[in-house]
Amino acid sequence: MGEPGPSSGQQLGLYVHIPFCARRCDYCAFATWVGLHHLAGDYTDACLAQLSRAYDSGLGPAATVFFGGGTPSQLPGDELVRLLDAVRREEAAEVTVECNPEDVTVELLSTYASAGVTRISLGVQSLAPQVLTSLGRRHRPETVPRAVGAIGEVGFSSFSVDLIYGARGETDEDWVDTLEGVLSLDPPPPHVSAYALQAEPGTALWRDPERHPDDDVQARRYEIADEVLEAAGLPWYEISNWSRPGHECRHNQNYWRQGEYLGVGCAAHSHLGGRRFWNVRAPERYIAAVAADQSPVAGEERLDFDHRLLESLELAVRTREGVDSSALPDDEMLTGLVARDDDRVVLTLRGRLLANEVACRLRAPARVGFGGAGAIAPDLARATVSRN
Amino acid sequence: MEGVVAPEVIRNFSIISHVDHGKSTLSDRILELTYAVDPREMRAQYLDSMDIERERGITIKAQNVRVHWRDYVLQLIDTPGHVDFGYEVSRSLAACEGVVLLVDASQGIEAQTLANCYLALEHDLEIVAALNKIDLPAADPDRYADEIERVLGLPRDQILRISAKTGAGVVELLDEVVRRIPPPKGDPQDPLRALLFDSYYDQYRGVVSAVRVVDGTMRSGARLRFLQTGATHDVEEVGIRTPAMVEVDELGPGEVGYLIAGIKDVGEARVGETVTEVAHPATKPLEGYQNPKPMVFCGIYPIDGDEFPDLRDALEKLKLNDSSVTYEPETSAALGFGFRCGFLGLLHMEIVRERLEREFGLSLIATAPSVEYIAHLTNGGILQVDNPSAMPEPQFIDHIEEPLLKLTILGPAEYTGTIMDLCQTRRGRMQKMEYLSSDRVELIYELPLAEVVLDFFDVLKSRTKGYASLDYEPAGTQTDNLVKVDVLLAGQPVDAFSTIVHRSKADDYGRKMTAKLRELIPRQLFDVPIQAAIGGRIVARETVKAKRKDVLAKCYGGDITRKRKLLEKQKEGKKRMKSIGRVEIPQEAFISALTLEE
Repeated sequence: MGEPGPSSGQQLGLYVHIPFCARRCDYCAFATWVGLHHLAGDYTDACLAQLSRAYDSGLGPAATVFFGGGTPSQLPGDELVRLLDAVRREEAAEVTVECNPEDVTVELLSTYASAGVTRISLGVQSLAPQVLTSLGRRHRPETVPRAVGAIGEVGFSSFSVDLIYGARGETDEDWVDTLEGVLSLDPPPPHVSAYALQAEPGTALWRDPERHPDDDVQARRYEIADEVLEAAGLPWYEISNWSRPGHECRHNQNYWRQGEYLGVGCAAHSHLGGRRFWNVRAPERYIAAVAADQSPVAGEERLDFDHRLLESLELAVRTREGVDSSALPDDEMLTGLVARDDDRVVLTLRGRLLANEVACRLRAPARVGFGGAGAIAPDLARATVSRN
Repeated sequence: MEGVVAPEVIRNFSIISHVDHGKSTLSDRILELTYAVDPREMRAQYLDSMDIERERGITIKAQNVRVHWRDYVLQLIDTPGHVDFGYEVSRSLAACEGVVLLVDASQGIEAQTLANCYLALEHDLEIVAALNKIDLPAADPDRYADEIERVLGLPRDQILRISAKTGAGVVELLDEVVRRIPPPKGDPQDPLRALLFDSYYDQYRGVVSAVRVVDGTMRSGARLRFLQTGATHDVEEVGIRTPAMVEVDELGPGEVGYLIAGIKDVGEARVGETVTEVAHPATKPLEGYQNPKPMVFCGIYPIDGDEFPDLRDALEKLKLNDSSVTYEPETSAALGFGFRCGFLGLLHMEIVRERLEREFGLSLIATAPSVEYIAHLTNGGILQVDNPSAMPEPQFIDHIEEPLLKLTILGPAEYTGTIMDLCQTRRGRMQKMEYLSSDRVELIYELPLAEVVLDFFDVLKSRTKGYASLDYEPAGTQTDNLVKVDVLLAGQPVDAFSTIVHRSKADDYGRKMTAKLRELIPRQLFDVPIQAAIGGRIVARETVKAKRKDVLAKCYGGDITRKRKLLEKQKEGKKRMKSIGRVEIPQEAFISALTLEE
């Protein structure tokens, strides 16, 4: 702890990690645990303790709050509310909770809404039953319309649906059906996140190369997603995110603008005062560390000025706002991957699929004259340098 | 200092045997029995001084040692233990009056033993045969004594039975050497003629040569003339090895010792050289001198291009004590700056490469070994080509000559068919087949060297479960229907993959190489055609499809550090890529393509 609050004018995000899951999905490499629900009370206490120490050190109010996981909806509603109540928020703060469809009830959502939750992110993943099974998900497609109906009934400013494509057993038709099915839900989601299934080391999926997704298949599915979502009035605003204008996730946008955030809970990452740091991974260790009045931080890094500039570009290039054209020198290899418009460079559809190739060619330009998205507040950059 | 030793008490001999048949162990026992080496300093395989030699259990550089046995002086002259160094073996044998033929009593004669034995017979050397390892349970000395008698005509009752490991029979062997091997002849008053049969470079003393005085006397301080190079050198020191270096005033007829004469480069003290005295010169050189000719060639490149100057320095230094290596600078689009190197054979190539990496700390990549072709051009010109990519296009070539080998293979009779198949598919022509016994066969083939250099040994070994042994000697050249196959990436030839093969194998090579490269070349931002071509004609084609996806799906608060590191790694990787036109290829892909077995 002991981190200074963000400099004035800088938006602060607050992420709360809820590591509990009813079941571990095959592909999941996140810090999640099954069968630890009995820790919910202690865990919430530990999060509250970390939070209160942060406020003691001068942390300001959050513009956005995000409960992610794991499965936040697996935490009893009153525990989540106990946590949220302790979070200092700006007026009109965006507060998102990730939910699994099978956990969603009108009652739970009402509890959330009355505590100030403004946005639900629903983990739908797919509407094809065999794909859900292949992903190791426990919900059935039928639970989705019911969950979305509950969201509509309780009423939130916005909500989003998470999808995953490229699992074995999924066809292009399944994928189109999922996208169209999601768009015809009542109410239709104003925001969709669609992720290429990735085989991460350490997961069950990783150990089964037969089921590893095929890049070409996933590229095609991505193109399908982009076409269908765009046509439905949800243009892309980040590689894996599409939304109706005005429904972008502000919390995530803060990440991509290299903004500051505090991560509360085990395995949560923070970015404050030019320092990136992350908490211990296991919930028990996190609880123990906080209870013993020790720092739960497991690791950290500080980048020098040039690397921070480059990082800001690598984040920004993934968004529709793009980067300053001086950051991406003309290169024959980039033909068809980027579109240049005045002083901005933005990824094309093909470029989004090859974003790493584009990112590898980014150059931090001269230290003046690049603003807009991806810019670092000059005072923050100075602070970083002086701290090194 | 010792004076000249009377020739009558000298016995000069070599031990010839197959790898692993116990030559070094026998040498160790002899040193022990004759008290030449303090037992406390005794280490296994005392005479094999290079690390590589001790590890591989082979002798590369010959060593010689003088010991006293009863009233006699024994000169043990070590010979290189591999067919690549056949010429050096022949010069070592030329320094002897006899040999001890050492045969493993559980394995019998191997091809190389046979070849060296024939060489000894050609030199009219006395052969004292001994079956070694009689202490092994698998030893069958009766059987292999019969074999030696039948194959080499040495009477079986004269064949000794020893165990170099336990020492059994070694005393009798030394007595037999004294009794049977004739003493050298020669008049100390004649003009000096000494055979130089080995040289190595010592960083403090310069070149140290092993010499055998044939006629006359080699004196400390004398001015010498080397008859083949014509150069003169002053003797700085002559001496003998016991095995420690002991300086003497002079070496008389029949004596073996070392010579230091202020020479800086072993290339000036070549094996086979005849040394005489300027003041009282002999005019006729000793017979049998040859300039060792490289037979196998490959490109050697530093993996890190910045190490090119280090590689050049290392080759210069290595050449100081291995004059048979040749090297010429060469540039490859695929591999950067390197050298086209020539070697006596495949083992020699391997050893040199290993020494470069080990002694000079370099990381190297070598192209596939090649041989030297003679291209007869349509305009009447003749071109020697040791790098396939330098072979002119087919329309300029009338015909191509390639070097041939005479290959002697010994193996169990049950593998006769297997060995014949292998030789046949390698364009071999059988010269002779003979059963050494009911279950052992000798096959002699004439075979293009190019068919041998790639993997012939490995394939022979694996197909005969290691039981076949092999020896070869150059056997002139032949003209055959040879073509150059080029490999093109996105239309650009990749010089490192050009090869010269028989026309009947060209399509197959092309298909295999293109298929292999398709697996190894990472997908690019555009389609990459991989083609194999003879001149302008494409014989095989594959395509590496453009990659469509290279992106991380998620990039949220907890992913940023990891993502940045992944990108850094990807950028690092790009820096190490070699570019062929627009195609970026990791060095590892080239290495894999160049080292993959068929």
